[in-house]
Amino acid sequence: MLLASAKKLRSFGIIGMNQRNFGLISRYNPRHLYPLVDDKLKTKLLAQEAGITVPKLLGTVQYQHDVKSLKEILHPYSQFVIKPVKGSGGKGILVITEHDHNLYFKPSGDAMQLADIERHVSNILSGLHSLGGKPDTVMIESLIQLDPVFSDYSYEGIPDIRIIVLRGYPIMSMLRLTTHASDGKANLHQGAVGVGIDIGTGRALHAVQYGESVTHHPDTRKTFSELTVPHWDKLLQLAAACYEMTGLGYLGADLVLDRDQGPMIIELNARPGLAIQVANRTGLAPRVAVIEAIKTIDPDPQSRAAFSKRQFAFDADIRPPRLLRTRSDDR
Amino acid sequence: MYAKLRLYIVVILLLGFGIGLTLYKHFALGFPLSPDDKKSVWTIEARIDFVARGDPVIVSFALPPETPDVVFMEEDFASSDYGFSELTSPSGRRAQWSKRVASGLQTAYYRLSMYETGQIAHPAMAADLPSEPEKPEFDEVLKTAATTLLDQVRSKSANTEIFTRELITTLNSKAPSQNLSLLINDQSSEDYKTHLIINLLALEGISARIVRGLYLEDGRRRQSLTNFVEVYIGNEWLLFNQNSGKSGKPKKFLVWQRGDQSLLDVVGGKNSQISFSIIRNVHSTRDLVVRDSMNKQAGIIDFSIYSLPIEQQNAFKMILLLPIGALIVVIMRLLIGLRTSGTFMPILIALALIQTTLLTGIIIFLTVVGTGLLIRSYLSRLNLLFVARISAVIIVVIAIMASISILSNKLGLDQAMTVTFFPMIILAWTIERMSVLWEEDGPREVFIQGGGSLLTAVIAYLFMTNRTIEYLTFNFPELMLVNLSLILILGQYTGYRLSELYRFHALERRNVAGKR
Repeated sequence: MLLASAKKLRSFGIIGMNQRNFGLISRYNPRHLYPLVDDKLKTKLLAQEAGITVPKLLGTVQYQHDVKSLKEILHPYSQFVIKPVKGSGGKGILVITEHDHNLYFKPSGDAMQLADIERHVSNILSGLHSLGGKPDTVMIESLIQLDPVFSDYSYEGIPDIRIIVLRGYPIMSMLRLTTHASDGKANLHQGAVGVGIDIGTGRALHAVQYGESVTHHPDTRKTFSELTVPHWDKLLQLAAACYEMTGLGYLGADLVLDRDQGPMIIELNARPGLAIQVANRTGLAPRVAVIEAIKTIDPDPQSRAAFSKRQFAFDADIRPPRLLRTRSDDR
Repeated sequence: MYAKLRLYIVVILLLGFGIGLTLYKHFALGFPLSPDDKKSVWTIEARIDFVARGDPVIVSFALPPETPDVVFMEEDFASSDYGFSELTSPSGRRAQWSKRVASGLQTAYYRLSMYETGQIAHPAMAADLPSEPEKPEFDEVLKTAATTLLDQVRSKSANTEIFTRELITTLNSKAPSQNLSLLINDQSSEDYKTHLIINLLALEGISARIVRGLYLEDGRRRQSLTNFVEVYIGNEWLLFNQNSGKSGKPKKFLVWQRGDQSLLDVVGGKNSQISFSIIRNVHSTRDLVVRDSMNKQAGIIDFSIYSLPIEQQNAFKMILLLPIGALIVVIMRLLIGLRTSGTFMPILIALALIQTTLLTGIIIFLTVVGTGLLIRSYLSRLNLLFVARISAVIIVVIAIMASISILSNKLGLDQAMTVTFFPMIILAWTIERMSVLWEEDGPREVFIQGGGSLLTAVIAYLFMTNRTIEYLTFNFPELMLVNLSLILILGQYTGYRLSELYRFHALERRNVAGKR
């Protein structure tokens, strides 16, 4: 069958785009809070205030004429990442892993001139990658060092962990692994592998690439069955803390594991996508229903993370009934 | 809960208002729901000839009454050097021509354009009540014959209607009895027969009157009026054909005059004659109704698009199609889940397609965007600032359009010259966005989004060029409210999009297999 039956999908609790926009995003995310996460500089400052580790900010470029000073900003660093502050979906991110005189090298080994980088920066400033083409700011961050745990599971890039947080409770997570096809980017629609991660243990559950199941990484040929994300409790707690940080009721926290600094937050998303359901082979709706049934939200991120760990563990005895209605249904 | 209820109330109000107004216009004002609805317009010319004797002349001519089942579009009166006035009296309208001195053959014309509305004529108004029938004066012999006849007819009938019909058929019977022959007598003219029927009915105490009318048949000349008998039965007047006894007003029949007043009076002339000729024209019902409503100053039409100058009306014809395009985009995105480049770009392309026709339009669009993408990939190497680059793309697009026009003109392909109807800025943006998409997400995504946009545009085009839809959106702009309420309801749809059924189809397999 090329098409699934809507009835079955509903019984599995799969949430569709329309329901996500209507029942989750517009319900839990007040519009005025969007700038907090759409502007990555603001997110970074918020996270630092909240004592959450973030990649180090090396510099920013705000105006076209500052592009000339790029050389001096970049001079001391051999590795860095250039990002549009208001970019979305990983657009416009440039990773440089090696710096040799006037040549800058991408993870793939391609060399770039300073002029190429300047053009990229100037494109970002004119709003090429920002939502609605608005003028943007460029930020330059320190490069995250690949944690050896993932060295077998990623190709020319840093994998990140996406955790969906509803009302402060982590409800689903996946690991996004870079591949050759995705050009070192952790974007599923570009060909990265999405691995569903058990909220209870941090173990890999199931992996997909281009929407189809895969059992091992297409480039490194390593199977996912032995993959377990380390520092799992810490990651869950960080994600849960993003609720207090931003006030957004439904958000996607993108975290990474740095070899030296451990778990850190790189980005928050007020409109996280739905591919996570495919990677986990589970619908969001039953979990949403569990969280929506909670009357008062626990003010402590750690106990919220612990609650989610118990509630949503893959092999836990307490499993939410599949047909639990979500609150958005009875509106 | 409250918000949802409020939305539904708004939707129901919008739906009710939109549909209600549409039905009102259809039923009360007669707007047809289909663009092909046609009506016959009859042009009737009455020609009055007489010979004047050199004295003052007054010609008085009865004019047909305007009833709800007919609409008079135009009335003309013509005659050389005559003074003219139209008089209204309780017995009907009359035209009056007058002249101090006239001699020799004189002619006056009256021309009427009218059409039947198809509405059922209302029963006679209160003012139209009959007077008590006067007992006619027959001489002894005739009276006996009449009484015998009436007794005979009465015995065969149950009520006034049947009585009248029976009386008429008896009078028209092929082999008349002696009594009948006496009443009818040989020189019986139509008028004599009509009056005989009315007199006989009066003898029976039934009110009746003479009605003269005209059968409407195309291309007829030298027609005269046909006599009917109208009988007052049970609070309304009923028309009877005096030759067949059939009741009711025939189709394609215009009632010209009611009552026993003369059709034509000529003072100061002799040998007066009147003849009618009839011509039929076919007109679109919608045009007739708009014209009639404008004349009557129906508020709903007077404050509508029809009151605008033609040029603006044509602009609105286009503008009113946009909501249809918007609805298509909403359906494509929310129900089907098609990805398009730019939310409403497909509507603008569809508008351009309307001007260029479908195939030419698509070919031109693909050529312009394809060439634009090639040139844009060169521009990206030139290291330009963003605003400058998009401006450059606009100029490139204009250059491509100009070359297409000139080339096709030289090749004799007139159609391709319609390229100018494509919105240049939109094309430039499309090219820019596609090219960024190509660089970041690869050609696959470009084809998905470009194809999605084009497909949506084509579907929107097909709907927007549909004759009936075009007709309905322009003539019933209130249907826009129905469209709006549909969009409001679709805005509430939280179910799966068609594309998601495909996107998540792998999940279904797993769950079927995984069920122990």
